[in-house]
Amino acid sequence: MNTSINVPVIAELAARGETPEYLFWVGCAGAFDERYQKVTRAFVRLLHHAGVSYAVLGTEETCTGDPARRAGNEMLFQMQALTIIETLKAYNVKKIITCCPHCFNIFKNEYSDLGGHYEVTHHSQFLKKLVDEGKLKADPAIFNDKTIVFHDPCYLGRGNGEYESPRAVIASLKAKTIEMPRNKSKALCCGAGGAQMFKEAEPGTKEVNTERTEEALATGASIVATACPFCMTMLTDGIKFRDKQEEVKNYDIAELLVMAIGL
Amino acid sequence: MVKQIIFITILLITLGIFTYTVKRIYNFFRLTKPFPVSEWGKRINITLKVAIGQTKIFRLPVIGFIHALVFWGFMVITLGSIEMVIDGIAGIERSMSATGWFYDFVMASGDIMAYVIMVAIIIFLIRRLFMTIRRFYGIEMQPKSKIDALIALSIIFLLMVSLAGINLTYVQGHPVDYEGLFPVSAALAPLLFGESQNMLFLHELSWWTHILLIFAFANILPYSKHFHVFTSIPNVFLSRLEPLGHLPNMENVTREVKLMLDPETAFAPAPEGEVIPSRFGVKDVEDVTWKNYLDSLACTECGRCTAVCPANITGKKLSPRKIFVDLRARMKEKGPGLLKNKSFDDSKSLIGDYISTEELWACTTCNACAQECPININHPTLILDMRRYLVMEESAAPASLNTMFTNIENNGAPWQFSPEDRMKWTESL
Repeated sequence: MNTSINVPVIAELAARGETPEYLFWVGCAGAFDERYQKVTRAFVRLLHHAGVSYAVLGTEETCTGDPARRAGNEMLFQMQALTIIETLKAYNVKKIITCCPHCFNIFKNEYSDLGGHYEVTHHSQFLKKLVDEGKLKADPAIFNDKTIVFHDPCYLGRGNGEYESPRAVIASLKAKTIEMPRNKSKALCCGAGGAQMFKEAEPGTKEVNTERTEEALATGASIVATACPFCMTMLTDGIKFRDKQEEVKNYDIAELLVMAIGL
Repeated sequence: MVKQIIFITILLITLGIFTYTVKRIYNFFRLTKPFPVSEWGKRINITLKVAIGQTKIFRLPVIGFIHALVFWGFMVITLGSIEMVIDGIAGIERSMSATGWFYDFVMASGDIMAYVIMVAIIIFLIRRLFMTIRRFYGIEMQPKSKIDALIALSIIFLLMVSLAGINLTYVQGHPVDYEGLFPVSAALAPLLFGESQNMLFLHELSWWTHILLIFAFANILPYSKHFHVFTSIPNVFLSRLEPLGHLPNMENVTREVKLMLDPETAFAPAPEGEVIPSRFGVKDVEDVTWKNYLDSLACTECGRCTAVCPANITGKKLSPRKIFVDLRARMKEKGPGLLKNKSFDDSKSLIGDYISTEELWACTTCNACAQECPININHPTLILDMRRYLVMEESAAPASLNTMFTNIENNGAPWQFSPEDRMKWTESL
């Protein structure tokens, strides 16, 4: 169906005197990571399909400062945060949606300490809402012979207590689902949080993503579902490392919905 | 009368030693940084749930349940201990028996729990002595930790044996007119003592053994990891209430950043009474908040945090438990010097001499440790405060993280991509 989509940019809307309901915060991985760009595109297709009023910041977007903060660079984080808060104030942004649990967490919990108060929704929560409202209807035939295992992102799950929304989105696909032994609040990290994404791991006996991927593979699921750009990188790498990329695929929940709707 | 004098003398000595210990520890708290506390209603709620209800200990259901039994048992038995102190001072017996049904309830549950705790302690001792529980081991687990545990368990066992002794000899000595209810002891006493009703010596022996053990225990606890018995309920009450994902803001950095971004507001004088911190982040014990230090005193080294730490599981040096074991040990080492002289320096520090940077950089901030801690110790925020010191005071981040910082500064993304390309993902839509 791939009709071409024009992604609305907030500055252009503002020039026309329009205000979107939501700011879609794409995030750095969503904008630049080749694999995660596909997730961003999938999510945007869903937004258009459901008729959501949204816009992106485009080239005005910049890093939230999360990786800097988690790496101890509070100065750099606050520079980014205070700059972004000003930008969002200029566009009168009240509601933010994002696919990245790290961006989600920092907007929801930490920007308020610096004066930025927003209603922040992770894409898993937003998609659940659209599914519940009947705006996104999965074709039950697409995934009915597949088994899906979901990996909880730390900053969505333990960090913010959101375990059910991504599972509800997956449930709407009518696939078989299975859980890893360590799931929800006991889920094992993919290994990328706390700025680990941007450095080599310390010496040890194993990589964290290998440990987690093996747990996911042991469930026998054919699809490992994620809801975070860093988890996706880590688990996709882990699946390749274990040479299972033919049998087992790693998709974001937004991509699964796009496939199930046929967008 | 003689008994009263002896009792009161011992009680005063006990309280004297305890006051000395508490004052010493309180002084260490004075060396630490503020930790704002508000929202008392929520705190009462979390204390009822997590401390009294033991909800987080049940995350390991079997052994957690046994711990909960010991905890709940202690709560009712403590009421009986208060009565014993009143009795001892006033030279009377069963001073609280006038409370009627309440007394029956306290005595009956205390009697049942004494035997339940005995069984629980035997299970705990078997685990400690004959089983290999992985989380009881680790580089931070010195022999003292194991000895502490065995001493505490043995004392608790003897406390319960002597309490059972009090109950058994009491019901046996007053078969028809005893106050309170003692379901287990009343059933066991005839089996143990037969027809004999002369229980005076055994009763006195049990009574004195029990109360003296309580006094000794109270004064040993603060010097072992089992100080937990006193500190964990306050620690839960003082839990961080924000979502685990939230990292506390550094107000002193906000001021500096605002200065850089907007000179007009920044040159406003600092609010009165504001103390300018000597350094950013945590390098040593004087930089931690008093809640961090309380965490270290409340930790009983159960190792549930370390057992779920992804870094530790995959063989990295980081062990979240060690962070707090180290903080406590470092305060013990440096605290006395700092109390004498505020600028005391033994040319050592928490970072470096206790906690290596390798440990600090291995954390994924996944919060599994904090989620698991039965008494809501928060490890990641302290680890992050130490990273903040390393980066902002020492510029000692791993090279690849410095590259990431530079990328954010120059291109507004942690990777080296041009901000102009932020919309490229839309091209194939």
